[in-house]
Amino acid sequence: MAHGPAKGFTRWLYTTNHKDIGSMYLWFSFAMFLLGGVFALVIRAELFEPGLQIVEPGFFNQMTTMHGLVMVFGAVMPAFVGLANWMIPMMVGAPDMALPRMNNWSFWILPFAFAMMVATLFMEGGGPNFGWTFYAPLSTTYAPPSVTFFIFAVHIMGASSIMGSINIIATILNMRAPGMTLMKMPLFVWTWLITAYLLIAVMPVLAGVVTMMLMDIHFGTSFFDAAGGGDPVLFQHVFWFFGHPEVYIMILPAFGIVSAIIPTFARKPLFGYSSMVYATASIAFLSFIVWAHHMFTVGMPIAGELFFMYATMLIAVPTGVKVFNWVTTMFRGAMTFETPMLFSIAFVILFTIGGFSGLMLAIAPADFQYHDTYFVVAHFHYVLVPGAIFSITAGVYYWLPKWCGNMYNETMGKTQFWMAFIGLNLTFFPMHFVGLAGMQRRVPDYNQFFADFNMISSCGAFLFGAAQIMLLYNVISTIRGGKKATDEVWENPEGLEWTVASPAPYHTFSTPPAVK
Amino acid sequence: MTKRFWQDNSTPLLCVKLGAIVVMMFAFAIFIMPPLYDLFCDITGLNGKTGGPFVTGNAENELGVDTSRTVKVQFLATNNENMPWEFRPQIKTITVHPGEPTVVNYLAVNNTRFDMVAQAVPSLVPFKAANYFHKTECFCFNQQPLAAGESAELGLSFIVDVDIPKNINTITLSYTLFDITESQKKKTTLNVINSHQQLAVNQL
Ligand code: HEM
Ligand SMILES: [Cu+2]
Repeated sequence: MAHGPAKGFTRWLYTTNHKDIGSMYLWFSFAMFLLGGVFALVIRAELFEPGLQIVEPGFFNQMTTMHGLVMVFGAVMPAFVGLANWMIPMMVGAPDMALPRMNNWSFWILPFAFAMMVATLFMEGGGPNFGWTFYAPLSTTYAPPSVTFFIFAVHIMGASSIMGSINIIATILNMRAPGMTLMKMPLFVWTWLITAYLLIAVMPVLAGVVTMMLMDIHFGTSFFDAAGGGDPVLFQHVFWFFGHPEVYIMILPAFGIVSAIIPTFARKPLFGYSSMVYATASIAFLSFIVWAHHMFTVGMPIAGELFFMYATMLIAVPTGVKVFNWVTTMFRGAMTFETPMLFSIAFVILFTIGGFSGLMLAIAPADFQYHDTYFVVAHFHYVLVPGAIFSITAGVYYWLPKWCGNMYNETMGKTQFWMAFIGLNLTFFPMHFVGLAGMQRRVPDYNQFFADFNMISSCGAFLFGAAQIMLLYNVISTIRGGKKATDEVWENPEGLEWTVASPAPYHTFSTPPAVK
Repeated sequence: MTKRFWQDNSTPLLCVKLGAIVVMMFAFAIFIMPPLYDLFCDITGLNGKTGGPFVTGNAENELGVDTSRTVKVQFLATNNENMPWEFRPQIKTITVHPGEPTVVNYLAVNNTRFDMVAQAVPSLVPFKAANYFHKTECFCFNQQPLAAGESAELGLSFIVDVDIPKNINTITLSYTLFDITESQKKKTTLNVINSHQQLAVNQL
C-alpha cells in the first residue's frame, strides 16, 4: 500500500510528489498573478486620467517593468509548469515525474528568484525601470544599481525553467504507459513536449543575454556599448531570438488545455488530432525565424523587413488550422456551457482577435505607425489574457474536481467568467483605438483626447481584478468542501486522468494502466 | 519491485543530451551571435559600420582615379550624451573623385578641468556605400586621451572606391564621440587584477 503524504511544513519542503509540486507551482503562480495584478492596477490608476497624479514617472516605469516580468515569468510560466506536473504523469499513465528530486529543486528556487526581484523595488535607485524587454543601454548604462539582482533573478528563473523542461521531456519520452504511442498522447502532453524543447533552446539564450549585460556593467566588456565597438541593436536581436519563442511558450500549453476541454463539452472527439500536432510543431519551428518583427523600426535592409514580414504571416497558417479544428469540433456538437467551456470558447474567439492584430503588426510598413503604441499592448494582451490566462483558468476549473474531489460552485464560476470576459474587453479593446491614434506605451501621461478610452480601460481593469478574487474564493471553498465529484467528473471525458478516483490518490499508476 | 520506467530508454543519457543542448545554446548566444551579427553588418554595410584600416597598394587601387565623376562627402560630428568636449569637422563637405586619396581633419578640444579619454564611433549613410568607403587612417581606430584643456587635430584619410555604384552621389559620414574615461579605468583595474593572477599563477 502506498504511503500518504508526510505531515507539516517539511512535507512541502522535501516533497518529490508530482501532485504536491504541481500544487505548489499553481499557488505560487496565483500569488504572483495577484502581485502582478496589483502592479497593473497601479498603472491603470495612474492612467485613469491624463496628467500625473498618483505615482512618480520613475515609479510608473518600475511598475510597467515589474508587471511584465512578474506576469510572464512568475504567473504564466509557473502555472503551465504546475499543470504539467499535475496532469502529465496522470495523462501518460506514469507514477510520477521522471526526475522527482530535480522537480523539487526547480520549484523551490523560484520563490527565491522572485523574492530577490521584488526586493529590488525597495533598493536604492529603485527596481528595474527599463521595461520587461530590458533593452540595452537602458538596462546597462542607465540602469539602477539593483539591475545586478535582476540579472541574478533571471538566471535562477531560467535554471528553474530548464530543469522543469528536462524533467517534462524525460517524463513524456520515457515514462509513458505501455501502448501509449506518441500519436495517442493527449494534446496537452504534445504541446508541452514541444514547449519544453522550445524552453531548452531559448532559456539559455536569455541567460546569455543577461550574462552579457552583467559583463558590460561590471567587467568592462562592450557587447552592447557602441563606444567600445559593440552595438545596442545586437541586444535586441539576441533578446527577441529568445523573446519570440517565449511568447509561444506561453501559448502552446494553452492550446493543449482547450484541446482537452472543448471535446468534452462538445461531446465529440477532437477534430483533426494529427493536424493539431503538426500545426504545433510548425508553429514552434517558425517561431525561431520571425524574431525581428519586433524590430522593424531599427533600420533593417529591405530584404530583412520582407523576410521577417512574410515569415511572420506564415505563422498565421498553422494557427488558423488550430482555430479551424476547435470550431469544427464544436460544430453540431451537443454543447453545454460549464465554466471551463465558457473560458475555452472565449479563448478561441478572443485569441483569434489577437491573432488578427498580430497580422496587422506583421505588415512591416504599417508597423512603423503601430510600433510602441497601445496597439501593440492591445495585441499582446488579447493573445495573453484570453490566451494564456483564460486557458489556465479553464484548466483549473476543469481539473479542480479531480484534484480535490469536490465540485466547484458553477454559478460563481460563470459569474467570474462574465466579469473577467467583460472586464478584459473593456480594458483592452479601447487600447486598439488609442494605439492607432498614436498613444505611446510605457508613458505615465497622455494627451487629453485619449481620456475617455483610458478611463474605460481603467474601469475594466478593476473589474477584471475583482473577478480574480472571486476565482480565489471559489477555489478555496471547493478545496474545503462542496458537492462530491464523481471519478469521471464530466460526461465521458477522454483521458487516463479520469480513470483514477476523485480526489486523485497521492500515488497514481504505481502499476501501468492498460492503454486502449 | 515495479519497474520505474515503463519505456526502455535511458533517462540519464537523455538528460545529458538535453543538457548539451542547453550548454550549446548558451554558448551560441554569447560566443556566436555577437560575431555573427558583426559579420552580417560587415557584409551588408548595415549600421554604416565602415570597417578597420584599409590597406592600399593592391591592384584594384592602382586602377587610378575616376575623374569622370565626383562624389560629395559630408562630415558630421555628434557628442554622445554628456560628452563635454568640443568636437567638429574642420570642413563640412568635400567633393572627391572616386579613387582619389583624401585627408581631412576633425578638431577635438577637451575644455574641462579633467584628463579624459574619448572614442569616436563612425557611421555612414547610405548603408550601401559603406563597403565602398575605405579609411586608410582614422582617429576612430584609436582611443583619444586628452589632458585637461588640451586640443588635438584628428586626422582621417580615405578613398572612395572607384566601383562605387553610379547612383550614390553623396555620402554622409558621422562620428559620435563617447566619453570612455570611466570604462577605461574599469578596464585598467581589471588588467591589474589579471596581472596579479598571472603573477600568482607564475609563482606556483
Ligand atoms: C498570428 C500570430 C501573431 C502575429 C502575426 C504576431 C505579430 C506580432 C508583431 C509583429 C509584434 C511586434 C509589434 C511591435 O512591437 O511593433 C508582436 C508583439 C507581441 N506579440 Fe505577437 N503575434 C502573434 C501572436 C502572438 C502570441 C500567440 C503571443 C503570446 C501569447 C504574442 C505576444 C506578443 C507580445 C508579448 C508582443 C509585444 C512584445 C513587446 O514589445 O513588449 N503574439 N506580435
Ligand atoms: Cu513575436
